[in-house]
Amino acid sequence: MPQMTTEETRLRPWTGDRAPAGWGLGDGQAIPWEYAPAPESRDIVTLKSRYGLFIDGREVPSSDGGVFSSVNPATEEVIAEVSRATPADVDRAIRAARRAQKNRWGSLPGRERAKYLFRIARLLQERSREFAVLETMDSGKPIKESRDVDVPLAAAHFWYYAGWADKLEYLFPGRVARPLGVAAQVIPWNFPLLMLAWKIAPALAAGNTVVLKPASTTPLSALLFAEVCRQADLPPGVVNIVPGPSDIGMHLVSHPGVDKVAFTGSTGVGKLIYKAIAGTDKAITLELGGKAANIVFEDAALDQAVEGIVNGIYFNQGEVCCAGSRLLVQESIADTIIEKLKDRLSTIRVGDPLDKNTDVGAINSRAQLEKITELVQAGVDEGADLYQPTCDLPDRGYFFRPTLFTNVAQSHRIAREEIFGPVLSVLTFRTPDEAVEKANNTPYGLSAGVWTEKGSRILWMVRKLRAGVVWANTFNRFDPTSPFGGYKESGFGREGGMHGLHAYVRLEDR
Amino acid sequence: MPTRKTAATRTATPSAKTASKRAIATKPPADDRIEVRKTYKLYIGGAFPRTESGRSYLVSAADGTPVANANRASRKDLRDAVRAARKAFPGWADRTAMNRGQVLYRVAELMEGRREQFADEVVQAEGASVARAREIVLRSIDRWVWYAGWADKIAQVLGASNPAAADYFNFTIPEATGVVGIVAPETSSLLGLVSRLAPPLVAGNAVVVLASESRPLPVITLTEVLATSDVPAGVVNVLTGRKHELVPVLAAHVDVDAIDVWGVPDDLRQSTELTAADSVKRIARRPRGVTDARFDWLDDRASERPEWIAAYLEMKTVWHPIGV
Repeated sequence: MPQMTTEETRLRPWTGDRAPAGWGLGDGQAIPWEYAPAPESRDIVTLKSRYGLFIDGREVPSSDGGVFSSVNPATEEVIAEVSRATPADVDRAIRAARRAQKNRWGSLPGRERAKYLFRIARLLQERSREFAVLETMDSGKPIKESRDVDVPLAAAHFWYYAGWADKLEYLFPGRVARPLGVAAQVIPWNFPLLMLAWKIAPALAAGNTVVLKPASTTPLSALLFAEVCRQADLPPGVVNIVPGPSDIGMHLVSHPGVDKVAFTGSTGVGKLIYKAIAGTDKAITLELGGKAANIVFEDAALDQAVEGIVNGIYFNQGEVCCAGSRLLVQESIADTIIEKLKDRLSTIRVGDPLDKNTDVGAINSRAQLEKITELVQAGVDEGADLYQPTCDLPDRGYFFRPTLFTNVAQSHRIAREEIFGPVLSVLTFRTPDEAVEKANNTPYGLSAGVWTEKGSRILWMVRKLRAGVVWANTFNRFDPTSPFGGYKESGFGREGGMHGLHAYVRLEDR
Repeated sequence: MPTRKTAATRTATPSAKTASKRAIATKPPADDRIEVRKTYKLYIGGAFPRTESGRSYLVSAADGTPVANANRASRKDLRDAVRAARKAFPGWADRTAMNRGQVLYRVAELMEGRREQFADEVVQAEGASVARAREIVLRSIDRWVWYAGWADKIAQVLGASNPAAADYFNFTIPEATGVVGIVAPETSSLLGLVSRLAPPLVAGNAVVVLASESRPLPVITLTEVLATSDVPAGVVNVLTGRKHELVPVLAAHVDVDAIDVWGVPDDLRQSTELTAADSVKRIARRPRGVTDARFDWLDDRASERPEWIAAYLEMKTVWHPIGV
């Protein structure tokens, strides 16, 4: 799976006279070439049998002693017990955050706040392998993604916002940027540590304190992050972490003691959270679902486009809000692209997420696997043509074959609903106008992809596509300096870049 | 209805230092001259239809004197207005930034020529003194000019070139959100409305305005200016009527992308935001602690804010690889 550091590898044309390992032959069949297992060692992670909540700088049990289990989705084994926060715990965390904001963090000079954030960035870099392995064990994502994408980007995010903490006056000329106060943050399970970084780094840089609820299937990297906060000597109460089920998240965002709500997750839950703050003075940003179109024109560099399509939908098992789940391919090259895609799918390695060769790991939870299965069945029932490579899946764990649907109509559920799994729906178009029409024909507007060698067409498409991120001749790229967020029902507000700070400040006149 | 007091007639007294040339030149109407009164209508898609419902409500001056029958728009009128706005949106958003700036500047030009009429209506609607009404009108004109100037600058202030840590050209540009519903300030019928209307317009949005319910007449006169300026038909649509009837419909309309709740009555605010959440509308609120009645629209610093434009902009980030 091409990512960040493997970019050059994937762009280099293959010129040898013999196909490298696993390379398809053009008939959907892989060369029978076994990869030797290359598992990453788990020894670097010391799993505690039980993790507490992180409130006011201390690890504490929940007020009613309740716990829930975190499961490794690749093995279905319980890997840790985690304290389940109660409403009383959330109240306590919010009070701690308020005290810390008022008495310490909010009045700390920006340059001092910056140093704490730099420390956190450094600690994440130092402990990167530990975070990567833990993240993979808890979430099911391939180690090469947690190692090369999630963890380095999380560290880079803290690094980037650290430098802003003492430079806010240059970002808002003529005005004074004041922190909002206490931020309530609820994050999803697809990029647990990275989403934590997206939420916490800008909040802290601007002088806010936070209470964060990680997803209930992936709480462990957040709790390891709590340890990093302590190692960094971050003042108690600046970061509080309260794992629990979704009703704890609702309690948190509805609490009168919070000033700002930030949520990443499904559009359905996002609407409930938006409603929870109706009529209040709370600020809010929402980063919700997507159904991105990845548009390939006939003059595109086809092999690169195929890699981009694969990266767009199979990266992180397709459990990505900005995944390129709708492939819009120009009719004249549709057959060629589909054939190339089928070839490429035959070489994707599905399996043990801790194996360094694995491209597609485990689906995050049984519930998500069932949802994907149901929607794929709906695709078949509604008449689309299903293609899956004949790869072996592990006996245990939540796995799903990379899936390709052709002959898809816009009305099909698989073309309209966010599947959040490794499932690509292929549609065709004839003219650029038709491509735009189909791409925009969705309530979502998070991301889009355009593949063409013609520069003016790229920029024309960029203007017409109603999406917050447009990747041209690339897909699924992320960077802390680069704002990310949606149009329409994909939410509002931006994370990353200088725009990420707008959501965490109140502007006053000088 | 009794004869209306106007800025022109009041300022005919020698003590009014600020009287404009035009006001001095205006003679009081002859006693036997019967005034031609104006019919106040809706403004939808560049036309001035009456409400399809055939309903009206009595509008009184600030002193309680009945002034005119305003249209009481229906939910059907509102849907028509949203449709007109949606149709007009792409063309307006695609105008060059400089062109949008010139179009809004022209609104100021045309208002300048009708200063006295606007002053009359503000006196009547808001019970302001003549001097204050004139100040309000002048500031309204200047506010158009201030916001018009942002048209070709806001992208440079809010946009960005992003130094991603890889070989990509990466930039962020603002784009208009789409169709914006504005629930106009209830108290400040002209200056307040202009201050809330200009920001989404300069950003390239199309707008549906629910006018101040109790003071709807100045904005109807403003639509006459808009209709004769270069603002394309449908870019601004104005409805008069009952907020309790129309706000819930506006908030529920799925083709409205953002809603300005400044002038939403307090008892409707929570339900309006609840409804707006169903389609993930962007909600533009009054700043914390600000009330509609007390807000000082004459304070340029408080009402001329680039953030108010940003509230109706979406940030689009574009990536392209760098290579040979």
